Amino acid sequence: MPNDTSPDTATAAAGAQIIPHPTKRASFEALTFGIASEIFALDAGIVREILDIVTVTEVPGAQPFVGGLLNVRGKVVPLADLRIKFGMDRTETTVDTRIIVVEIELGGEAVIIGLLADKVFEVTEITGASIEEAPEIGMNWPREYIKGIGKRGADFIIIPNISRIFAVN
Amino acid sequence: MNAPDPRETFRGEAQDLLEKLEEALLDLGETPDEHDLIDTAFRALHTLKGSGSMFGFERLAAFTHHVETAFDKVRKGEIAPSRDLITVTLAAQDCMRRLIESPDQDAGDEGEILARLQTVVAVAPGAKPAAAALEEVPAEDGTATYRIRFRLGPQALLTGNDPVRLIEELRALGESTVVAIDDEVPSFETLDPTVCRVRWDVILTTSAPRSAIDDVFLFVLDDMELDVVRVEADEQPRRLGEILVERGDAAPETIAEALGRQHPLGRLLVESGKTSENQVLSALAEQNHVRKEAEIAKATAKGQDTIKVTAERLDGLMDRVGELVIAQARLKQLSGQIDDIALKAVAEEIERLVSELRDTTMSIRLVPIGSLFARFRRMVHDLARDLGKEVRLTTEGEETELDKTVIERLADPMVHLIRNAIDHGVEGPEKRAQAGKPAEGHLHLSARHSGAEVLISIRDDGKGLDSARIRARAEENGLIAPGARLSDADLFQYIFAPGFSTAAEVTSVSGRGVGMDVVKRTIESLRGAIDITSTPGRGAEVTLRLPLTLAIIDGLLVRVGRGRYVIPLSAVEECVELSADDDTRSRGRNFLNIRGELVPFLRLREMFNAIDPPDPYQKVVVVSTGERRVGLVVDQVIGDHQTVIKSLSKLHADVNSFSGATILGDGSVALILDVGHLVAAGQTFDQTRRAS
Repeated sequence: MPNDTSPDTATAAAGAQIIPHPTKRASFEALTFGIASEIFALDAGIVREILDIVTVTEVPGAQPFVGGLLNVRGKVVPLADLRIKFGMDRTETTVDTRIIVVEIELGGEAVIIGLLADKVFEVTEITGASIEEAPEIGMNWPREYIKGIGKRGADFIIIPNISRIFAVN
Repeated sequence: MNAPDPRETFRGEAQDLLEKLEEALLDLGETPDEHDLIDTAFRALHTLKGSGSMFGFERLAAFTHHVETAFDKVRKGEIAPSRDLITVTLAAQDCMRRLIESPDQDAGDEGEILARLQTVVAVAPGAKPAAAALEEVPAEDGTATYRIRFRLGPQALLTGNDPVRLIEELRALGESTVVAIDDEVPSFETLDPTVCRVRWDVILTTSAPRSAIDDVFLFVLDDMELDVVRVEADEQPRRLGEILVERGDAAPETIAEALGRQHPLGRLLVESGKTSENQVLSALAEQNHVRKEAEIAKATAKGQDTIKVTAERLDGLMDRVGELVIAQARLKQLSGQIDDIALKAVAEEIERLVSELRDTTMSIRLVPIGSLFARFRRMVHDLARDLGKEVRLTTEGEETELDKTVIERLADPMVHLIRNAIDHGVEGPEKRAQAGKPAEGHLHLSARHSGAEVLISIRDDGKGLDSARIRARAEENGLIAPGARLSDADLFQYIFAPGFSTAAEVTSVSGRGVGMDVVKRTIESLRGAIDITSTPGRGAEVTLRLPLTLAIIDGLLVRVGRGRYVIPLSAVEECVELSADDDTRSRGRNFLNIRGELVPFLRLREMFNAIDPPDPYQKVVVVSTGERRVGLVVDQVIGDHQTVIKSLSKLHADVNSFSGATILGDGSVALILDVGHLVAAGQTFDQTRRAS
């Protein structure tokens, strides 16, 4: 995926790219979902489908972050748990638990990954103006995994840097 | 869907043409007198030049023009296809390949190759490729049908021209039908035998170019009437009337009038006196000839009715079929629970269809290995020349089919093995003469099916493997204990150890000891095996044993804790129960006594961190990894399972205990054990446990 450095380009894939400049951010269609008490937002363009929780096969010896496999329409897809990357506690599976199936590029290849979410909210537009850079203090999460913090009313929305989270892996 | 880039299409076609050219050139090296090969090479060059310039590959067109000119001379018999010429043309072919890949870049050696070409044949430079591209060439399938009507001048017989000879020459060009028209021959009383009054109509289907026909009449052309027309072999053979009108032997009105009378057209026309009987017969002959040729062409076309499909689409199809197999397994499970005969019947019908569809889909992915063998001809040719050896390559079983992916991945290991055979196996001509062998070495590639495996062998008639030297080197490297008793077959396996080389000197071709371990690793990753046999002084044979397909394996489904795993059935030797004694005693030692043999075992529950309580009666699946037997302790052996293999994503690249995953009948995912890696991981696991 090219790292588009032109600040004026508002592409649908903006959410998967490095946001160039703090003052001029592109707005994007986002899927918002909850993990623990936080709200996250993903570029809706990379989301393929949202599944109810299915049988997950554990992979002994794999990193806990990608410790499972699931069957998505005949494909074997790894299940990633963002909580582990963000150092959050595991939550119990509830009726709201969902798997968000995304397609990202990893080392030049398209890879399908399932992301575990406690709850999926909606597809909404996050305006560029509302996005701010992750603050350097006041945050327990690794800053490099966060592309920005959006605001919606009183809520903060974390925009994770998906390509970086998986690239580090 | 976007229209494909015409330049890409040209590249694809050019690739095929270059392959054809290379094949023809290499064949020509063996049989220089074969005219078909010269023509094939010429046609390929001609098409490359023509379509090259059409698609804007000007450099290619200009360069190819010179090579074509040289080959035109060969074709005309002005020069012989010497070994030098073939070598230069092969180099030129590489150059063309580069010009096709990067049309705007200098290939670097264009000038040099052309200079070499000029020394081989005196080629006149400076011709214009674009104009030359308009020359008429035979159709791609090589044949065209011509209607040749000729009448010799009245004096022809007096000047010693024999029409029979001309007709014989025409007949030699291809399939022909000859009709003599003697309408103008006067009655016997007034006949002048020195004047030729007969006309001939010849319908000729030939692969020779149009100019070959003109050549036949070269010496009588000044005093004759000649009319050569190309007849299109239409799908629908044309009617007699149409042919007669086209030839100008009957007016359309006459035909219409005759047709109106609803009698056989030919007879009516003759009766009306407007068309001679001979003219009708000749037209009928043409109709028959064209019809026959069209049938032949149709039959050949049917035999090779192929379409090109991208591998990606085939993979997609295979995925869909995989999904269908899984969905079908669920249907079967459900129909078993619901007691409904109608539902069961449908479920069974679908099961049969799905299994047929799966077999068909897998067979689509199979391609003949001949395409791979063909690639090595050039390599053997070049390598033998560089090493100053003479090597004849023969191949066998090109039609043997293998999964496309397997064939692609086989290319590298085979390159290594062939290089080794030529560099280390086949001796130079003098040494061979001393050993009483023909100066020309022989390398034989063969492929054949054997059960569910494909055997590919690379055999040379060189000096064979030096088992004493391999033993010495293996001892030196600490791979075997000094004096250890080993069969030759086992000993030869050490040549695949990393960094293992017995070559006294390192050549540019081989001897560095890298390569053979790559061969081994690649073949193993294809779930294959390598056998080596060797007779000192007589040669060696390396046989690669490969599974028919990568997509499906037979597996043994087991349960460990809550997880289900597939063990490749090919690795499984037997299953035994872990007795309570062994289970409790084995806190100190982890091995079993199976018929007097000591078999170490690994508890998969521990390795996979299973947390649920173990089953009371643990089972041991004994697997073999090369020479070693290892037991894998599982909770339950479920049964055999046809396993559609899905590879793991990059995110699990660090997990090497598993070679892939599969989807079970209930839709859940099961991991496939990589027995070799698992056992290696088990050793580390035991060591760390002892240390802690």
